[in-house]
Amino acid sequence: MMMTLIPLLILVPLVAGLAMLLIRNDHVRRVIVTILVLAIGAASVLLVVAPDAISFTITAVSDHSINLAMNLTEAAMAIFVLYVGVHSRRPLIAVLMAVQAGLMAWFEYGSGSHPEVSQNLLPATDHFSVIMALINGIVGGGICLYALGYMKEYHEVAHTDVTDRRPTFFALLFVFVGAMFGLVFSNNLTWLFFFWEITTLCSYLLIGYTRTEESRRNAQRALMMNLLGGVAFAAAIVYLSRNACPLDLQGLIDSAKSGGSSKALVLLPAALLCFAGITKSAQLPFSSWLLGAMVAPTPVSALLHSSTMVKAGVYLVLRMAPVITETKVGMLVALVGAVTFLVGSLAAITAADAKRVLAWSTVANLGLIVLCGGIGTYAAVWAGVLLIIFHAVAKCLLFLCVGLVEHKIHSRNIDAMSGLIVRMPAVAVMMLIGMAGMFLAPFGMLISKYAVLMAVVDAAPVLSVFIVFGSSATLFFWVKWMGKLVEVVGTPERVRNEFTLGEGLAVGVLSMATFLACLLFPMISSHMIVPYVTGVFGEHAASLTQGNIIIMMIMMAMVMLFPLSFIRYGRGPQSRGRLPERRQRRRQGSIPRFGRQGRKHDDEQLLHARVAQ
Amino acid sequence: MVYLLAAPLVGGLLVGWDRRISARMQSRQGPPIFQPFYDVFKLCKKENIVVRRSQNYYVALFLVFVIFTGGLFFAGSDLLLVIFALTLAAIFLVLGAYKASSPFSFIGAERELIQMMAYEPMVLLTAIGMYMVTKSFQVGDIAGYHGVPLVFLLPGIFLGFLYTLEIKFRKSPFDLSSSHHAHQELVRGLTTEFSGRTLAMIEIAHWYELVFLLGWVYLFFASMPILGVAVSLLVFVLVIFVDNVFARLKWQAAIRSAWAVAAVLGFGNILILSLLR
Repeated sequence: MMMTLIPLLILVPLVAGLAMLLIRNDHVRRVIVTILVLAIGAASVLLVVAPDAISFTITAVSDHSINLAMNLTEAAMAIFVLYVGVHSRRPLIAVLMAVQAGLMAWFEYGSGSHPEVSQNLLPATDHFSVIMALINGIVGGGICLYALGYMKEYHEVAHTDVTDRRPTFFALLFVFVGAMFGLVFSNNLTWLFFFWEITTLCSYLLIGYTRTEESRRNAQRALMMNLLGGVAFAAAIVYLSRNACPLDLQGLIDSAKSGGSSKALVLLPAALLCFAGITKSAQLPFSSWLLGAMVAPTPVSALLHSSTMVKAGVYLVLRMAPVITETKVGMLVALVGAVTFLVGSLAAITAADAKRVLAWSTVANLGLIVLCGGIGTYAAVWAGVLLIIFHAVAKCLLFLCVGLVEHKIHSRNIDAMSGLIVRMPAVAVMMLIGMAGMFLAPFGMLISKYAVLMAVVDAAPVLSVFIVFGSSATLFFWVKWMGKLVEVVGTPERVRNEFTLGEGLAVGVLSMATFLACLLFPMISSHMIVPYVTGVFGEHAASLTQGNIIIMMIMMAMVMLFPLSFIRYGRGPQSRGRLPERRQRRRQGSIPRFGRQGRKHDDEQLLHARVAQ
Repeated sequence: MVYLLAAPLVGGLLVGWDRRISARMQSRQGPPIFQPFYDVFKLCKKENIVVRRSQNYYVALFLVFVIFTGGLFFAGSDLLLVIFALTLAAIFLVLGAYKASSPFSFIGAERELIQMMAYEPMVLLTAIGMYMVTKSFQVGDIAGYHGVPLVFLLPGIFLGFLYTLEIKFRKSPFDLSSSHHAHQELVRGLTTEFSGRTLAMIEIAHWYELVFLLGWVYLFFASMPILGVAVSLLVFVLVIFVDNVFARLKWQAAIRSAWAVAAVLGFGNILILSLLR
C-alpha cells in the first residue's frame, strides 16, 4: 500500500489514541500530546504546501487486509452498541444497530459481487477535503492542547466528584480527530461509513464521560439519532450496490452530472446520505442531541461543534450538492436548513447559559450550510465552504473561552459575565474577536451570510425570508452578549492567571486564525474554494465582485481602530477635557501631579501619538 | 463627496423643519430652522463628561460608519453591503451605551437592540425586492433602472419600508430607546450618558442617516426623479405627523408589529414577484 501524507494523517492519531489509553502519568501525557498536536498541525499544513512530501510503500498491507480490519472493527462496534442498547434498556438503539448491521452484512456477504472502487482515498488535490483536514488539524489539535490544562483543572478543582478517566478521554479525542481525517479523505463510501460510525461512537462515549444520570441519558439520545442517520447511510450503500452504481463519492457525482437515468438512479441514495448528514449536523428535528451534548466537558463541546462531528454532516451534504441541485430533494434539504436557521437563531435568544447560546447558534449556522448544500449552485456551495471555515475557528474559540470563564467565575450564565473585560481582559478580548467573527460585518461569517443571501435570492427567493429574520435574531443575542462583556458596573476585581500555557496557546492561535481567516479570505477563496467549486461545476462564476471585497477590506481596516478603545478600559469615571485645560487645572491643583491621575494623562498623550502615526 | 459635505447641511435643515413642523402641529411657535446647528455648535464647546472614556471611541466609530454607509450608498455601491455597514454602525452605538454603564443607558441599549431586530428583516427584504425587479444589488443600477418606478412593483415593500423608517428615526410610536424628551422613565435612554462633543457626534450621525434613508426612499421612484424627491420629502412630513399623533408603544408591540409587517407586506410582495417571474 502506498503511504503518503493522507494515510499517515489518518493512522497516526488513531494509533496514538489507542496508545493514550496506556499513559497514566500526567507529565508524560502532556509531552506526548503536545508533540502529536504539533505534528498533526504541521502535517495538515504540509498537505497544502507540499502534498507529496512523504511517500513510501508498505507491501505487507494490502487493500484487502485493510477492508478486513475495517469489517472486524465495525463488527466489534456493532456488538458494543447492541450491548449498550440492551444494557440501558433502550430497545430503539439496539433495533437501529441491528438493522444497520444487517444491511451492511448483507451488502458485504449476501448480495453477491458489488462494484469495486479503484480509488479508496481522495487525492490531496481535492481542495474541499484539504480545507476540512486543515480545520481538523489546527482546530482539533488546538482543542487537544487546551484539554490538557482544562481537564487537569476540571478534575482537580472544579469537578472533584467526577471519576478521573483522563487516559480514556485523550484516547477518544485523538481517535475522533483521526476518524475525522479518514472521513474527509474517503472516496470509497464504505470507508466513509466506517469513519462515520467511529465518530458516532466516539461522540457517544465522550458525551457520557462524566457518567452522571444526565450525561448518560444525553449520550444515549445522541447515539440513537446518529444511528438513525447511520441506517440511512447503510441503506444508501446497499441501494447503490444493488443497482450497480458506483460506490464512491467521485463516481456518484460523475453519474449525476452525466444526467438522464443514471442521475435519477443516484438521487435516492443521495437523499439518504443527505438525511444522514442532517442527523449528524443536528438539524431540526434532530437538534436535541447536540444541545444535550453540552453536559460533557468543554473540550468535547468544542470538538463536536467546530471541527469534527457536525462538520462531517454538512461536509457530506455539501458533497452531495451537485447531485441534488435543482431537484425536489435539494429543495427539501434547503428547506430543512432554512427552518433550522430561523428556529435556532430564535432559540438562542431565549437561552441564558452561554454554552446553550453557542449550541443553538451552531445549529443555526449549520442550517445555513445545509441550506447552501440543498440549493447546490456554484455560489451556494462556495458560500457553504466559506461558512464551514469561519464557523469552525470562531465557534471553537468561543467555546474554549467560555470554558476558561466557567472555571474562573464558576458560572456560564451570560449575565454573570458582566464586566468580564475588566475581570479577565485577555479572555474577554478574545471572546469579542470570536463574536465579531461570528456575526459582524465585515468579518467572516457575515461575508459568508452575504454570499448565502445572494445565492438564495437567485435560486429560491422565497427561502430568503428565513435568512433575513434569522440573521436579525442572531444580531440581537450576539450584541447583547458583547454588551455584557464590555459593561462595567462598580469596580470588579481582576482574576489572576486567566489560563495555563496550553490553554493560552490554543485560544491565542484560534484568535489569530479567526483574524487571519477574515483578512486572507480572498486568498483562501481563490486558492482553495474556487478551484474545488469550479472543478465540481465546471464553470467559473464570480461570487463576490472585486469591488465589494475591497469595500469589505476598508471596513475591516476601520474596525481595526476599535481595539484602541481597550487602552482605557476600567479606568473609572473620568472627565476628559482638552489637554491645555487639564494642564491649567493641574496647575490650580485640582488634578494631582503624580499618582493614578497623572499616569492617565501620560496614557492619553501616548494614545494621541499613536493615532497621529 | 457631495454627500459627505452636503448631507449634514441638508440633514440639519430637515431636523430644523422637523422641529418647526412639530411645534406648529402642537400650536407652538417652534425654534428657528437653524436651531439644530446652534445646538451642535454649543455641544461642541461644552466639557465632555463621560462615565468611561472609552465610550467616546464607540460613538466616534458610530459616526464614521454612518458616514461610510451613506458614502457607499451614494457612490452607487452594493445595497446589502450598505445595510451591513449601517448595522455595524448601530452596533457600535449600542455597545457604547452598554459601556456607559448606567441603568438608563442599559435600558436604552437593550431597547435599541430590539428595535434593530425589528427593522433589520424589512430592510433586507427591501434590498431583495429591489434586486428581484432590477436584477442588481448595486445602488447605481437600481437608480438607473428604466421602467415603471419600483414602487408599482413593490407596493408592499414600500409600505413596509415606511414602517421601518419610523423605527429607524426613533420617532413615536417607536421612540423606545432614546426619546427626544428627557422627562420620561428612560431619561434619555441610549444617549443619557453622552454629553458635549460626543453627543454632538451622535446628532450629526443622525443627520447623515436621515439623508441616506430618504435617499433610499427616492430609489423607489428613481425613474421619475422629480416625483422621487417630492415623495421623499412627503414621507419625511408623514413621519413627523405620525410622531405627533401616536403615543409610544411597548417594545413587545413594536417588534411584533414590525415583524408582522415585514412578513405580510415584505414577504408577500416577494412571493408574488417570484410567482410572476
